[in-house]
Order: sequence, then structure tokens, then C-alpha cells
Amino acid sequence: MKALCWHGKNDIRYDTVPDPSIEDSRDAIVKVSSCAICGSDLHLYDHFIPGMEHGDIMGHEFMGEVVEVGADTKRLKVGDRVVVPFTIVCGECEQCRRGNFSVCERSNRNRELGDKAFGHATAGLFGYTHLTGGYAGGQAEYVRVPFADTTHVKVPDSLSDEQVLFLGDIFPTGWQAVVQCDVQPTDTVAIWGAGPVGQFCVRSAVLLGARQVVCIDRVPERLSMAAAGGAITIDFDEESVLERLKELTHGKGPEKCIDAVGLEAHATRSLDSMYDRAKQAVMLETDRPHVLREMIYVCRPAGVLSVPGVYGGLVDKLPFGALMNKGLTLRTGQTHVRRWTDDLLRRIEEGQIDPSFVITHTVGLEQGPDMYRVFRDKLDNCIKVVLKP
Amino acid sequence: MNHTHTSATSSMATSDRVARGLGYFSIGLGLLELASPRLVTRSLGMEGAETLVRAAGAREILTGLGALGVNPTPALWGRVAGDALDLATLASGLSADNPRQGNVKAAMAVVLGTAMVDAMAARALSERHVRPRHAHIADYSRCSGFSRPVEVMRGAASDFETPADMRADIGSGPRPTPVPIRLSDSDR
Repeated sequence: MKALCWHGKNDIRYDTVPDPSIEDSRDAIVKVSSCAICGSDLHLYDHFIPGMEHGDIMGHEFMGEVVEVGADTKRLKVGDRVVVPFTIVCGECEQCRRGNFSVCERSNRNRELGDKAFGHATAGLFGYTHLTGGYAGGQAEYVRVPFADTTHVKVPDSLSDEQVLFLGDIFPTGWQAVVQCDVQPTDTVAIWGAGPVGQFCVRSAVLLGARQVVCIDRVPERLSMAAAGGAITIDFDEESVLERLKELTHGKGPEKCIDAVGLEAHATRSLDSMYDRAKQAVMLETDRPHVLREMIYVCRPAGVLSVPGVYGGLVDKLPFGALMNKGLTLRTGQTHVRRWTDDLLRRIEEGQIDPSFVITHTVGLEQGPDMYRVFRDKLDNCIKVVLKP
Repeated sequence: MNHTHTSATSSMATSDRVARGLGYFSIGLGLLELASPRLVTRSLGMEGAETLVRAAGAREILTGLGALGVNPTPALWGRVAGDALDLATLASGLSADNPRQGNVKAAMAVVLGTAMVDAMAARALSERHVRPRHAHIADYSRCSGFSRPVEVMRGAASDFETPADMRADIGSGPRPTPVPIRLSDSDR
């Protein structure tokens, strides 16, 4: 079959690889009908997160049709149309029973590696390094889905791929980021990053009733899309984020702050980001935490910080004193996708939201390597890429 | 909105690979210049210019690291500027009393060749990776994702109840009522 494979920093190739097969009786094989490039794939593309090996298949946002099931797969049958969440979940361990699916205790088959890196391993993820199980990803014609009974969302034929595909990652990720803020009708929610996850954060904050939603970025088309979803936008190249947030909140700061950027924060005018870049270049720091620093600084005392943006390792000069003295709550985590998808699917069916709004590019899988570059470099007004195998 | 792009089997083009090669070359040369500046000045008959060579070495390492970074374009343009500086420095070694004048000329030819490669790679990378200054900006102002105006949709999901473990007040029971502060008379 054909797939997009990682061959080193900035090197994604459209390769021919062996077809996947059932390896465990709880597996299913899914023929991919649509998949997407996620912002967090870029951290692998740019090689800021370790644990990738040559030939690893990329992609963790995909859907398709079940074409084969293992003997112990009970809830799925050949022909079912499914979205596959990026977190692989057993559904039985203590964390899964609590709904903490992204830290499932059983699905990461490389637990020792994960334990060494993070103290305790997290769940297995599709196409996202050997620290999270080394599972083949979904930017391919076929994918093996482990724990298939619990790692799927069945979707109705009445909805198009484009309407449901993002249930596998960016929609629940944006939703969880806002839910973690416990939005109140009096809240100002400030969202850093108007990429795909930032866009879903904006819509989720509006749907959950935030009084004011503010979105911070520098890319005009992204800001235009965020404004369409109901955000007041701040172009950090044009104006001071701190001053504008102060003005919008009568000097008090936003109650809730969301980092939808993660480890590759870009801030042209800030000294701290230059410092991060220099340290990153000589491998003295892995992540660029400019957004985290800014959120801690501007957030209203006793506020909540929510971090759906991916971080990989070590950050430097984090103002922990401010975090502690202001009594801020920090919530983080990969998305517990399956915890939200039934509710979100209902909202799509009821017409509250049509997630396809975020798609700007739809191309064949063979154009994937080039689209990684276009998406990363923010060329051609690209916000979200859907690939068709 | 769908766009068509040229199909590619790898996300790396020749210019990306050249930039990477130049990055490694730059770091190697920089280390040599930093560690053994006298070796360089002696072979060029330019004794006494060791500090300049060390400075050039530091610059080579910086631009080399940049060329290996996510966006090598600025570093490649930096290398072009550095090549010009090197040529100017080497030109001072062309005096008639320099017995190693031949070596200086050879070094200038190498720098000139490298400068051409640097400039071509920098230009190709700019075209490939850098957003054109006056690029058309798409109007996504209709991409709300909502079926009705935003103000109508505000709070449409208010039926959603925040799970206990994600409450701002971190409580598992009912949301506590705010605790009023009893002000003393003197505070009023």
C-alpha cells in the first residue's frame, strides 16, 4: 500500500510499504477514506520530538471503512464506517474507567520507553513516535487499529467525511481545552494560536457561552477565520498582546487562557523567543515556551490555564513563582478523545457546528509530502489539509 | 476551497538538501577556524589575522546551525553576506609581498564558488519556503462553522455540564456558593 513515511527532519516521503494485518484478536483493519495533517505532526516533521524511526508511517487523524476484524472484536463488523481517535484505548484499565483515555495504561506497547521519558508512560498513539507505542499512522491506504472495539467512533452515512473526520482529534482537542477551563458566562477566554485547534477552541468557547473570546496569532487568514467564529483577534506582530488583553478585560486579565500553540511558539519581537531559539539550536532546551510564559503573566489571579498544545521535553525560564503566587490552575494533556465524541457527534448531527469549515486544502495522499511544507510554512492560505488516499 | 499542488515524493527538494549540506560544511569549517586559526593564516601568508579567522569561524558555526534549523533561508542569506566578508578579508592578502599569494587566490576562488552555491540555494529556499510579501490573503470570514450567526450560537452548548474533575473549583460535589467577605465597619 501507499503511505506517508518519516525519513528524518523535514523529510516525509510517499512510500510503498507492506499492508497491515491483524496481529491481535482485538484488532481491526480500516481502509482509510480521509486523513488529515495535524499541527502536532509538524513537531515530528521538524523533529522536535524524539522517538521516530526511518520509515515510520505518519498521521493520527483519519477515518474509513472496516475491512477486517479480529476474532475478539465484537462491536465492529466489516463495512462499518468509523472515525479512529488518535489515542488508542483499552477501555478496561483504571485510567480508561475514569475517562482519562489519553493515559490508558495498556495500549502503549513500549511502556519502558515511555516510563523512562515521562516517569509513567502514556497511551499508545497512532503515528506518533516509539515513545507512544510506535504504531503505524493513518496517512496511508490502510491502518491496523488495536483495541478496535474501544478505539473507534461509529459515524452515520448521512454525514460526510469532512463533517466527522475531525472527531478523531482537533475538534475534541479544542473542546477539551475549553472544557478544562470550566467556562462561565462572565469569562473572557484568551486563545493563543489560530491554527486548526485554536479555531475549534474559539468555536467551543462560543458554544459553551464565554462572554468574550480572544484569539492571538500573526497569520492574517487564520485571524480572519477566528473572527468568523466569533473571536476578537489580536495580531501580535501589529499590537501588544498584553496591552490589548488588559484593555479588553478592564485591566484584570482574562479568566481563562488556552495555549493552542505548543512547543514551536513563534514570536518575532520577543527577546525570550530568541533566547529559546538559541538554546534549542544547541540542544540546551527542547521546547519554546513563549506562550506559556505570556499566559502565566496575563492570566487573572485564580484563573485557569489550559494547554492542548503539544510539548515534548524541557522548557526553560517558566515563571513558576507567578503561577504559584497568582493561584493559577494549570490543566494539560493529550485529548481523552473518546470521552467527548458521542456528545460532539450529536452536536454535529443537530447542526450546532459543521467542522468542515476549517478545511482549506483537499488533495490526494501522494501530494502529502508537499502539503507538509505548505502547511508548516503557512503558504497558499493553508489552515487545514485533508488527504484522500 | 480546494487547491492543486505539484505532486512530490519527498517533502525535501534539492535546495533543502543543499542547505543541509552547507550547514554541515559551515559547522566543520567554523570549528577548524576556531580551533586552528594559525593553520589558516599561515597557509594564506596572513599571519596576525588569527582573531579575524576566529570571528569568521564563530560566524560559520552560527550560520551552519541556522542552515540545519527548521527554516534555513535566513541563515543561507547570512552565509552569502559572510562570503562577501571573507572575500574582502582575503583580498587584503593579495599584496605583492605575500609569498602565499597563490593560496590566497585559490581560497578566493573556493569562497566565490561557495558564495554562488549559497546564493542559489538561498534564492531557491526563499521561493519555496517564504511567504511572498504581497501574497493574496484568503477571506475566510464566512467560515464560521455555525449554521446561524455567532451571537445566536453563543451558549448553544450550555446544556453541557463540566465534569467534576475539570471544574475550575475542583470539586466533585455541587458547585459551592461564593464566600462573601464580611467587612468590618472600619473597612466600609
